[in-house]
Amino acid sequence: MIVLPILIPLAFGIFSLLAWKAPRLQRGLALAGTSLLTASAVAILLDVRRTGVSALQIGSWPAPYGITLAADGLSSLMLLTAAVIALAAALYGQAGIDPGRVRSGYYPLFHFLLMGVNGAFLTGDIFNLYVWFEVMLMSSFVLIALGGERRNIEGAVKYVILNLLASILFLSAIGLLYNLAGTLNMADLARQLPLLGAPNQITLVAVLFLAAFGIKSAAFPLFFWLPASYHTPPVTITALFSGLLTKVGVYALIRVFTLLFTQDTQYTRTVLLILAGFTMVTGVLGAAAQTDFRRLLSFHIISQIGYPLMGLALFSQSALAASIYFLVHVMLAKTALFLVAGLVESLQGSFDLKKLGGLYSARTGLALLFLLPALSLAGLPPLSGFFAKLALVRAGLEQGQGVIVAVSLAVSLMTLYSMTKVWNEAFWKPAAVPVPRRRLSAWLWAPTLGLVLVSLLIGIFPAPLLELSNQAAALLTNTQPYLEAVIGGMP
Amino acid sequence: MNRKPEKLQRSLLLPVAARYLMPLLLIFSIFLLLRGHNEIGGGFIGGLVAASALMLYAIAVSPAALRSLLPFEPRSLVAVGLLTSLISGLIPLFAGRPFLTGLWLKTEIPVLGKIGTPLLFDLGVYLLVVGIVLWILLTLAED
Amino acid sequence: MTFLLALAAGALFAAGIYMILRRSLVKILVGLLLLGYAVNLLLFNSAVLVPGRPPLIPAGQTVPPEISADPLAQALILTAIVISFGVTAFVVVLIRQAYQVVGTDDLNEMRCTDIPCEDSELKDGKEGGA
Repeated sequence: MIVLPILIPLAFGIFSLLAWKAPRLQRGLALAGTSLLTASAVAILLDVRRTGVSALQIGSWPAPYGITLAADGLSSLMLLTAAVIALAAALYGQAGIDPGRVRSGYYPLFHFLLMGVNGAFLTGDIFNLYVWFEVMLMSSFVLIALGGERRNIEGAVKYVILNLLASILFLSAIGLLYNLAGTLNMADLARQLPLLGAPNQITLVAVLFLAAFGIKSAAFPLFFWLPASYHTPPVTITALFSGLLTKVGVYALIRVFTLLFTQDTQYTRTVLLILAGFTMVTGVLGAAAQTDFRRLLSFHIISQIGYPLMGLALFSQSALAASIYFLVHVMLAKTALFLVAGLVESLQGSFDLKKLGGLYSARTGLALLFLLPALSLAGLPPLSGFFAKLALVRAGLEQGQGVIVAVSLAVSLMTLYSMTKVWNEAFWKPAAVPVPRRRLSAWLWAPTLGLVLVSLLIGIFPAPLLELSNQAAALLTNTQPYLEAVIGGMP
Repeated sequence: MNRKPEKLQRSLLLPVAARYLMPLLLIFSIFLLLRGHNEIGGGFIGGLVAASALMLYAIAVSPAALRSLLPFEPRSLVAVGLLTSLISGLIPLFAGRPFLTGLWLKTEIPVLGKIGTPLLFDLGVYLLVVGIVLWILLTLAED
Repeated sequence: MTFLLALAAGALFAAGIYMILRRSLVKILVGLLLLGYAVNLLLFNSAVLVPGRPPLIPAGQTVPPEISADPLAQALILTAIVISFGVTAFVVVLIRQAYQVVGTDDLNEMRCTDIPCEDSELKDGKEGGA
């Protein structure tokens, strides 16, 4: 059952490979695959909600020896959000991906990317996590380099080198961890590490993990690859990456720091808290200086990564729940914003804010599509971002961390400022050239509208999602059910 | 050195040797594939040997010659290999066991020994490795 | 043995870090490869290393001998080698393409993604409907 989110993309990736010469079939397969994926993610979420953590021992090998897949609240929520984003990207890609890219293998890679993402969410084995990261990265490398223009290639070079470096750090950390504990199963590690009595070495490994996942999730001093590469591929790919890749990095951080490194927490959590603050601030300051729609949004990705890190650093059940809620919110809102940027570009032919304009009077619906996720990102009530930030602020105040709360509120204000800038430039000011009157393809606006609606829905009715994130966070602070599901009744 | 410098000099030895080596290496690769699981060998190493046999031919004769020798595209080999491995993982599901559990037939077959899902999985890996290596190297060689 | 391998891994790390700090893409690739090997040695070293004791079960027995090398670390290295093989093949193609498109392999020349340059106004492919 819980292996389905890995098998479905794999099967559809194979079918797309077999249908290499039939682009229309591949487009259809993408829709079918992501719909099935969403259905399976819903089923897993319901199942986890009913029965708690479910684990699967691949190949019937018992837990610490074989590879275990485990779905808890956090994994299943992330799976569902990722599947929804993939579905939106598959719809948008029907018109947003050019035939040249389809001919060079866009769709098989799309499915393999999803397989990597889902595998990373589900695995309960630290080395297996590395393998899924690599599956995901390899696909994303090729996706970002497809196209072969100067911008694509240069963006890909920076993206590839820094992510490879992160993989090397990750692998060294795994090697050191294996040397210390002699096991790779995360549940088994969680049991073994406290018994070792080597807190300094464990902290060292923890910091290595922090650096590796910090690069992948674009946290403060390690984010430079992101704004240098994310605006180079077509908007469908950027939206998919922004919704999934950095968030897998954050997921891995949350998983590792709640399950494994719960010992010498004073040090790592202080480091995390400082990183979270700087990530928010530098991201939003970078965004303030941008005049390109997508580059501006890329900097906002960085800024938004700070919030879940803040929740992780505070490390109470309410803070973690807020982090999870925030992750779901930001994945949806950010993807929607990138898709809106793509819509604007397809109307006016540019991402440069200086060249845009007049869209509010010409395309009021499009303006609304931008406004809702933008305000949600800035955290205005009653949108989803408001509840996410409210929960985080509350958790921060509970622990007396006034500084980070002040920083996060200031950053929200700055986010609002930079969204206002986009609004003024692209939508409000008179158009330099008249906006063309041609109709937008339904393939483009429908998934955008869908994402905005979902994001609106979790804002207006936040209770179910808050409850789900609370349950997920409860499993993160009390890891006993997870350990029992994975290892069972072992001593 | 008085021949035309731009014309690449080809040794006669390599193409002739490749002709005889390639079938031998392919047979050896299948031997490695079947020997795997409990002995040293397996799909991955077998696939690499097979791919290097084919690449030897491409180097000795020409990549285009190899391309015309192959009855299929390398990428279909990749797809078929992945599919084979996937199916080998799915078979235990029908027997009510977790994904990828190794299951074997009761009866032994001469030469092959016991047949089971691990062999099918290895066969998939074999095809996948041959396909990927040929895909990468032919793309590099032809471009 | 362990000490020698640790020294070798350290030397490879140092050489790799030096190489990835260069400006030429090819040298960076060499650096990444060296770092990859360094990590492989590190993984190798993290298992019990006993010369001449492969983790194989002798004929007629059901358990391996008392002291034998840890096979898991070697499986990890094998996986890492396979992954780095694929990544390297991709990066080689990427560098070659970068050289064709940009005309250099110097990273300092690749700034189109950060500051506008002559062809940065080009749109990719069909995105705009062209």
